[in-house]
Amino acid sequence: MGVDHLSALYIARSREVAARVLGGEMMIMSVRDSRLFNLNQVATMIWQAADGATTLEEIAQRICVEYDVEPGQALRDAEAFVQELARHGVLLVSDQPIQERTLDD
Amino acid sequence: MSTLLEEMNQRALQAGVPLSVQFDVTYRCNERCVHCYLDHDDHGELTAREIMGVLDQLAEAGVFFLCFSGGEVLMRTDFFGILEYARRLLFCVKVKTNAFMIREKEADRLRELGVQSVQVSIYSHRPEVHDAITKLPGSLKRSLAGIRLLHARKVKVVIVDVLMRQNLQDALGVMALAKELGVEYTLDPTITPRMDGDRSILRLGIRQTDLRQVFRTPELVGDVEEVCAPPRAVDDSALDGVPCSAGHTFCYISPYGDVYPCVQFPLPTGNVRHERFLEIWKHSPQMNEVRSIHGRDLPTCSSCSHLGACTRCPGLAYMQGDMLGPSTQDCEKSFARTGIPSAHMLRRAADRVPASTGLVQIIGLQQPAAPALASAQ
Repeated sequence: MGVDHLSALYIARSREVAARVLGGEMMIMSVRDSRLFNLNQVATMIWQAADGATTLEEIAQRICVEYDVEPGQALRDAEAFVQELARHGVLLVSDQPIQERTLDD
Repeated sequence: MSTLLEEMNQRALQAGVPLSVQFDVTYRCNERCVHCYLDHDDHGELTAREIMGVLDQLAEAGVFFLCFSGGEVLMRTDFFGILEYARRLLFCVKVKTNAFMIREKEADRLRELGVQSVQVSIYSHRPEVHDAITKLPGSLKRSLAGIRLLHARKVKVVIVDVLMRQNLQDALGVMALAKELGVEYTLDPTITPRMDGDRSILRLGIRQTDLRQVFRTPELVGDVEEVCAPPRAVDDSALDGVPCSAGHTFCYISPYGDVYPCVQFPLPTGNVRHERFLEIWKHSPQMNEVRSIHGRDLPTCSSCSHLGACTRCPGLAYMQGDMLGPSTQDCEKSFARTGIPSAHMLRRAADRVPASTGLVQIIGLQQPAAPALASAQ
């Protein structure tokens, strides 16, 4: 999946996770396979913005505002991160806004 | 344990975060297991609303792993509401149940709510043995049906087999059953004294010779050589180390809101009906006393060659009369594994050697029982 394609997608946090901030870092566990992830600040920002209504491109733009990073780089890194978490069922990805199966519904 | 999980534990330990909590939501149960340490009457359980309030506090305190247990959690008709609330707070939830009451609907809910695992006690692959332990006719059949429903929905199930004299011969049978069901198996040779201090159920535990045999059965313990290896030399890390996670990154909450360092450590530290959880966790003198204990503070165990590898449970030691003392059950485990007696066992044996040829001698001493749990409420 290329950057251009993925950037137009919506991402949402899966229900099948456990998550908590520990010592300033986000810890996430996939309850599907008990895999544990430790997110840095930027990854945490993506995770928290993954509300099913915001596109990855918009999230990458926010990262550029918050951190001194080039837009292309932000998008590429965000894409790799999203793909990794989606593979473990931690993030849901869709080309439509995701209304269900998010944590906030 | 994965490296990241170790890091997580270490970070929680350094920050004083209660990473894991076991929350018993009821002591009521439909089974009457011969070895159970609980009083099954309801003495005023927390309401669902109270429990949810406590869960909010636990999330705020940084709790990640949450284990719901009992009693039998499904004796509470509001259990799924509590579980759903916990999952909305993003706890990693494990549920301990006997699975007797798990039918299609319950299995579906456990799947939907994304519990990390469900732990079920199975004592034998033979109904006549399992049901004699649970004292509930038909319980093995129903529990296995519940496990099958969960497994079919891809819910991770772990069978726990508590080894007693009554079911020891069936351990491999339960293990084979777990394999056939496609679920994990783990064994537990520890019988816990009743929470009111009654130690009589300890007689149900397996004998030393049988324990030795268990530790030498690769099917049950894996790498026998590693499990039964002689203890490594005691060094500063063992002397400066803490005995276990109780009170450090783990605690236990009873159905009545009492907070203890561990489910096996009935030292009252506070009650969430009267104080906020974090107040108890951070400032309870009892919790801080538990936290202050390191290997070198243990009068007997600090001189024991097993110190670095011993599973010494401070809660069992407390129930034996002294939280700084040895836990005889763990001494016996170390001895069964390695064939090397613990410092406590040697001292006890020395005390039994007649110092003189006197006709009348004290050859044993009963330690006072730990204070009853109920008296602290």
